[in-house]
Amino acid sequence: MIRILALAVAALATALPAHAQKKYGPGVSDAEIRIGQTMPYSGPASAYGVIGKSQKAFFDMVNEQGGINGRKINFISLDDGYNPARTVEQTRRLVEQENVLLLFQSLGTPTNSAIHKYVNARKVPHVLIATGASKWADPKNYPWTMGFNPSYQVEARIYAQHILKTAPNAKIAVLYQNDDFGKDYVVGLKSGLGAKASMIVREVSYEVSDPTVDSQVVDLRGSGADVLLTFATPKFAAQAIRKVGDLGWKPTHYLTVVSASVGAVLQPAGLDKATGLITALYLVDPTDPEASKLAGMKAWGEWMQKYNKGADPNDQFHVNAYAAAWLLTEILKACGDDLTRENVMKQAASLKDVQIPVVIPGIRVNTTASDFATFGEMQLGRFDGKRWVPFGELLSGR
Amino acid sequence: MPLLPKIAPAPLEPTLGRAAMVVLLLAVLCVLPFVLSDYRTFQLTQAVIYAVVLLGLNILTGYNGQISLGHGAFFAIGAYTAAILMDRWGVPYWATLPAAGAVCFCFGFAFGLPALRLQGHYLALATFALAVATPQILKYRKLEDFTGGVQGIVIMKPDAPAGLPLSQDQWLYLFTLAVAALLFLAAWNLLRGRVGRALVALRDHPLAAESMGINGSLYKTTAFGVSALYTGVGGALGAIAVQFVAPDSFLPFLSISFLVGITVGGLATVSGALWGALFIVYLPNWADEISKSAPWAIYGAILLVLVYLMPGGVAWMLPRAWALVLRRIRSRGGAGPGA
Repeated sequence: MIRILALAVAALATALPAHAQKKYGPGVSDAEIRIGQTMPYSGPASAYGVIGKSQKAFFDMVNEQGGINGRKINFISLDDGYNPARTVEQTRRLVEQENVLLLFQSLGTPTNSAIHKYVNARKVPHVLIATGASKWADPKNYPWTMGFNPSYQVEARIYAQHILKTAPNAKIAVLYQNDDFGKDYVVGLKSGLGAKASMIVREVSYEVSDPTVDSQVVDLRGSGADVLLTFATPKFAAQAIRKVGDLGWKPTHYLTVVSASVGAVLQPAGLDKATGLITALYLVDPTDPEASKLAGMKAWGEWMQKYNKGADPNDQFHVNAYAAAWLLTEILKACGDDLTRENVMKQAASLKDVQIPVVIPGIRVNTTASDFATFGEMQLGRFDGKRWVPFGELLSGR
Repeated sequence: MPLLPKIAPAPLEPTLGRAAMVVLLLAVLCVLPFVLSDYRTFQLTQAVIYAVVLLGLNILTGYNGQISLGHGAFFAIGAYTAAILMDRWGVPYWATLPAAGAVCFCFGFAFGLPALRLQGHYLALATFALAVATPQILKYRKLEDFTGGVQGIVIMKPDAPAGLPLSQDQWLYLFTLAVAALLFLAAWNLLRGRVGRALVALRDHPLAAESMGINGSLYKTTAFGVSALYTGVGGALGAIAVQFVAPDSFLPFLSISFLVGITVGGLATVSGALWGALFIVYLPNWADEISKSAPWAIYGAILLVLVYLMPGGVAWMLPRAWALVLRRIRSRGGAGPGA
């Protein structure tokens, strides 16, 4: 009997290491993990190119500190000029020529749309991509694609919640850009309001080709609304804020986080007119005097100084880049020695209450096999004339 | 002052040596997909597609002297014609090419009519307007049902016909190559004869040409139409190869890079289209590998070097360089009659 037990124990003992044996997908060896990315280093969206460079600096730090479970990150970031045709070419190069394990933070909605089918047919992890469209969280049809930014719909539902809580009898007006970006927000807003969607008294759209949105704003004011939501890209958001101020209209004004840049939107619109605007935040603002007290932001500051020299420390893009790269290293650490493409997706889809050090404390990443929306909570912030000041509790838009 | 150098068109007579070269080139091009990876084959497919486009632009700009900064628009129209036909009405991919060509011919011909009144810089500006407007028109709300708006249209990549042991990329490459060969043959036929001479005459001496009895407006508008046709077919092939069209694929820079392509490849040459296409496909990738901070600066520097070292383009310099090498070899041998 004892002998049988001993045999069983011995069998178990030999079985265990077999289970923990190394399993490698493409681009992985004992020494390195290859990951790929497309980024607009040139072209109309080249302002975003700093994200790719910043992430290179992040992986430099990871590698200098010994890599992930002893493996160095070989980060291959290629220019696609924000041209979907080149995204296809460069992505195929990454997958078929460079043999990368996964694609990480490829940037842009039209560009990622162009490779959506390809990566899913090839079963290449296409994770933490840099766009907020809700279509990336569709694990049923596209189990290999996962976004990083909070989805536009999540953000809109948070505004809806706040309105229901603070002004349940409000009359709501909506200004949105007539494309999938703007429409995503309107869908989210209506689902957030639920049965009370009739609170929306007027919704008006504009085209990216329109010279101004002045007439739309006048139209919205005429509806008698006392709450305004502006789902517009930076140029049009600035025009809307200015026009609302010029008209002497004083609605509670919510602004999409896409256009929350102080330098690019609020200053041109007029800081006095922008005061009182509300938006939803998820990253720590590096210009916030409180920020440097957070341990995560301290580490971020040291990394900026040592590895990302010459970059603007007030630029939120570096916080964004750091947050996504940090999350990827967590996923890869969780993979252990099973670095197959299947396991990468499995680990990416089982993040539980992960607090990214440069994300506002309390906002945690949660994913499951059936829900790929990384962020569910956001923090409302109000513009005080200088910067966005967080207020109230975290709200959930899941 | 003319905007373009008056380059005599490259000789196009069918000599034995030239025929041998073409056959050899075609043979090599046919073998390539079987030795290269699928990704490299896909890249070559793109190069062949751009070669068709550049050939079309060269008919207009190189041979006829009409500068177009708007061929990206015809490329987009061709691409969208193919995508909409496949996506909405389930038309087979090969059948979209004639349709794209026809649509673009009509657009090109129609645009050629007002363009008759414009010359040089003004024509360049008018065509540039087309390039600037196209991406926004494609996003226009009333057209969204067809164009898919900013989202664009995703199309399926064609499989090789049943029974052929080819991958999708290999098949598409060979298909594209066959179409391109056909179009090159047609262009060569068109340009080496009376029509080609008329186009060049209109470019160099419009008055003299017309007094010789050449119908200037007919030739010029037709050149516009044919040029757009080539570009449209290229656009359709491009859409099928990339499996996706979106307004952001057709920004104004595309049109400029076409013009850069024919200038680098060789104005008023047929073979220049091939060199220009290789330049368009591969140079941005090299530039990106050299520097992430300033890929366009590298692109610009290489462009400057090429313009200085190879005025007239690669297609003009290669035969001269070759002749130079031959002469050196002969003079070193000391026995040749040419020494």
